[in-house]
Amino acid sequence: MDLLVFVKAFLVGGAICTIGQVIINFTHLTNGKILVLFLVVGAVLETFGLYGKLVDFAGAGASVPISGFGSSLVRGAIKGAKEGGLIGAIKGGLAETSLGISVAIVSGYLVAIFCKPKTKKR
Amino acid sequence: MKRISKDNYKSYVFQKMPKSSHFKNMFWAFVVGGTICTIGQGFIELYKIWFDVQMATALASASLVLLAGILTGLGVYDNIGRFAGAGSTIPITGFSNAIVSPALEFRAEGYIYGLGAKLFQVAGPVIVNGVAVSVLVGVLYVIFGGLF
Repeated sequence: MDLLVFVKAFLVGGAICTIGQVIINFTHLTNGKILVLFLVVGAVLETFGLYGKLVDFAGAGASVPISGFGSSLVRGAIKGAKEGGLIGAIKGGLAETSLGISVAIVSGYLVAIFCKPKTKKR
Repeated sequence: MKRISKDNYKSYVFQKMPKSSHFKNMFWAFVVGGTICTIGQGFIELYKIWFDVQMATALASASLVLLAGILTGLGVYDNIGRFAGAGSTIPITGFSNAIVSPALEFRAEGYIYGLGAKLFQVAGPVIVNGVAVSVLVGVLYVIFGGLF
């Protein structure tokens, strides 16, 4: 196993999060808006085939940030369009990301059932 | 711990806060965000033993989502988030945290309209915008396919 892939994942992933932190510092956007912003940026970059190249280079460093989720959605839609025309284009995005979304929903449901809300330390 | 008066404390905070906080925030966002992605890379390398790269990448993200969901349930993730800022928000684990956190909090209001609805408080806007963009790009691709 090549250690370099971990270094690249750390640096690129850290850099993407730092960009997000700079935006938060200067605009005070809420978490939800930051997530949507990065998602859309990732989706737009994937539209022009750029984000996929970043994933090829940095692996999880680019796929784990939420922008990677946006890029998967668009990658799925384009793949669907190539294979199944209009119908494929419409269902492709969700089909590509269905694993992550389903796991998120089910784990959210289960955790909420089995855990109690914690009072946050201030 | 040393006791300080209110006024002393105020001036102390004002001295310290504006200068250091930007860089401190950025530093922790970089370190925590990078660490989460490195763990993700570990999952990818593991899953690559059995699957192709693309499936391994998807499974790695799903694993992080599950892990962050459990850590949120145990109250650990929000404590990381307090100092990591965007470092814990932007990775897919932050998405998971945004699903589990309100689900936990609003379970008391019932499983249908409490848990079931609040689960999507932040995830809803993310999925709605993401799917909308993906369908738009897909349809444009069908129409102008050759240009991409």
